[in-house]
Amino acid sequence: PKRVLPEHFKSYTGVWVFIEHERGHAHPVSWELLGKGRQLADSLGVTLAGVILGGTDDGVRALTDEAIAYGADRCYLMQSEVLADYRNQPYTAGMTTLVNTYQPEVLLLGATTQGRDLAGSVATTLLTGLTADCTGLEIDMSDRSLLSSRPTFGGSLMCTIVNLATRPQMATVRPRVMPMPERDATRSGEVVTHALDLTEDSVVTKLVDFIPDARADKPQLAFADFIVSGGRGLGKPENFDKVFDLAKVLGAEVGASRPAVHAGWVDPERQVGQSGKTVRPKFYLAAGISGAVQHRVGMEGADVIAAINLDAKAPIFDVANYALVGNALELLPALRDAFERRLAA
Amino acid sequence: MHIAVCIKQVPDSAQIRVHPVTNTIMRQGVPAIVNPFDLFALEEALRTKDQSGAHITVLTMGPPQAEDALRKCLSYGADRAILITDKVFSGADTLATSYVLASALRTLDAQQPLDLIFTGKQTIDGDTAQVGPGIAIRLGYQLLTYVSAIRDLDADARQIFVERRAEGGVQVLQSTLPAVITMLEGANEMRFADMPGMFRAARQEVERWDREAAGIEDIKQVGLKGSPTAVAQVFGPKPRAVKAVRIEGETPAAQAEAFVERLFADFPQLE
Ligand SMILES: Cc1cc2nc3c(=O)[nH]c(=O)nc-3n(C[C@H](O)[C@H](O)[C@H](O)COP(=O)(O)OP(=O)(O)OC[C@H]3O[C@@H](n4cnc5c(N)ncnc54)[C@H](O)[C@@H]3O)c2cc1C
Ligand SMILES: Cc1cc2nc3c(=O)[nH]c(=O)nc-3n(C[C@H](O)[C@H](O)[C@H](O)COP(=O)(O)OP(=O)(O)OC[C@H]3O[C@@H](n4cnc5c(N)ncnc54)[C@H](O)[C@@H]3O)c2cc1C
Repeated sequence: PKRVLPEHFKSYTGVWVFIEHERGHAHPVSWELLGKGRQLADSLGVTLAGVILGGTDDGVRALTDEAIAYGADRCYLMQSEVLADYRNQPYTAGMTTLVNTYQPEVLLLGATTQGRDLAGSVATTLLTGLTADCTGLEIDMSDRSLLSSRPTFGGSLMCTIVNLATRPQMATVRPRVMPMPERDATRSGEVVTHALDLTEDSVVTKLVDFIPDARADKPQLAFADFIVSGGRGLGKPENFDKVFDLAKVLGAEVGASRPAVHAGWVDPERQVGQSGKTVRPKFYLAAGISGAVQHRVGMEGADVIAAINLDAKAPIFDVANYALVGNALELLPALRDAFERRLAA
Repeated sequence: MHIAVCIKQVPDSAQIRVHPVTNTIMRQGVPAIVNPFDLFALEEALRTKDQSGAHITVLTMGPPQAEDALRKCLSYGADRAILITDKVFSGADTLATSYVLASALRTLDAQQPLDLIFTGKQTIDGDTAQVGPGIAIRLGYQLLTYVSAIRDLDADARQIFVERRAEGGVQVLQSTLPAVITMLEGANEMRFADMPGMFRAARQEVERWDREAAGIEDIKQVGLKGSPTAVAQVFGPKPRAVKAVRIEGETPAAQAEAFVERLFADFPQLE
């Protein structure tokens, strides 16, 4: 059901990635998006730009070098005291100014609390379409439009969403969905600076305090190299101990499917999938997980996948490198022993 | 104080089944519920009402059967319910949805000035988290997303302090009313509806607003027509290039041993 692109949108060209940072730390999703953005820009034969909004310190300016090293040809840099901390109003004003001035055809943002807050506001201000939480982005070469894919509700299906009648075509992508590109410090690019026409007196919401997370006790699933996950097939909370026991031997993090989290068996921070975390470990083991599409989109980026399931036809085996058909309650302890022996040797 | 809570009726995902042969969703007989995330928004509004008194209006844009979801909210203690329903609203994406909701909220505000609008963090079906920001931008209200706690609310001073979940920490923000708050899950625990509440909800009128009553000015901005995004294709997930190697064994121990052997032979870098 594509519509004809109105004439005035045809001047919109180039792929943009919003470079997200909080308190001087760039969010890695920004570099992941530059990796994807590079492919899209190359298919279209246009430039890839990183968009950086922030305070007036050198740390913010230094993000332009990073963005170029990760694949940007150009950076749009907007620095102002008003942008020192993320707040919706000045960031929306800044981003919409840049879009209206330089007119990109594609604008990608991370699906983080910051990226989603900004994307929804910018899209509404510009009256353009926005696709949420995409797991795939491609160009339809027949009309140069962006094809954004995301899981559809409830089933094991995906849908492709297009936005042909407005520009820019906006999409958010969650962290760890796209692979991290190589960093190349020898790349060069241009920096375009643009001033923000907004003073602090006209910004209504004020940041009073920032309480950093005490990271130590939270599971760091998204960046784990080894993950052992359990699902509803484990039957009861006590059986999850077998997952933790194996994880301990492997130095792995523990993940879970949504039903295991909803049943209260494990902490919500451990949920892998569409409404949980996306992970890209070197090794992922799924025990008692059927392999619904909402779980798959969270873990299919893993290098090596093994699955344990009683049912030889379980869809999880479609994404696995190794299929262990059998009872997880027996296989998990057996694997713990086998890995322990092997790793001790 | 006047608080509006936007809610959406969604299919109960816990009861959705996928057809084993055709792989399609079987929606028949799946009960509809209030979007679970919206209950945190409603509860926060009800707490404000308990503490300092407030009139709570719940509203939804949806088909006629969405009335059930509104009645549920009335039973918890909301005072007024509005179902924004019209054939022309169907097929809306988030841009068109926020246009209709913002129009209705403007109409509501003209009847009784609004101080706060609550939405959930996101829905469990569309799952975009885009409608809250859309409403705030269209109304020109302050937007406070992912709010985990309201620290202080002073309606007379038109001031509010909230804690907002950010990347790597929590922002404490000071803002002004009117504001749109999208409430984070787990921020509170939903109360149970009591008997009198349920009886009152069953008797109470749920108002129906069509496009005219909702104050829609531009019909081109609603429904399918007003939606820049469109679903072009639905497809099954792509299978992996590799086919899974099946690991056999007489006993679980033998199977585990065989797996460990094979894994490190194929991927020595893992060890
Ligand atoms: C909007 C939306 C978002 C969602 N987000 C997520 C998400 O983020 N993450 C997520 O995981 N799900 C998500 N889901 C839910 C998803 O659709 C599935 O329902 C869920 O992934 C199934 O979890 P499961 O595999 O643990 O359970 P089930 O589907 O019940 O599978 C259990 C499996 O265990 C096997 N089994 C049983 N006993 C044993 C045994 N003793 N040993 C070995 N195997 C055994 C069974 O054969 C079966 O394959 C979402 C759904 C929706 C609608
Ligand atoms: C599989 C699927 C994918 C979709 N993908 C996209 C997409 O990428 N981009 C897009 O623009 N649209 C998309 N849509 C359409 C979108 O779901 C609808 O526009 C929907 O009306 C609102 O979006 P949401 O459910 O994501 O709500 P969210 O933005 O997640 O909802 C946030 C909050 O807004 C309030 N709210 C939401 N809808 C209503 C309502 N009807 N009445 C009252 N309050 C409400 C609730 O408080 C809710 O908690 C998709 C729909 C489906 C089924």
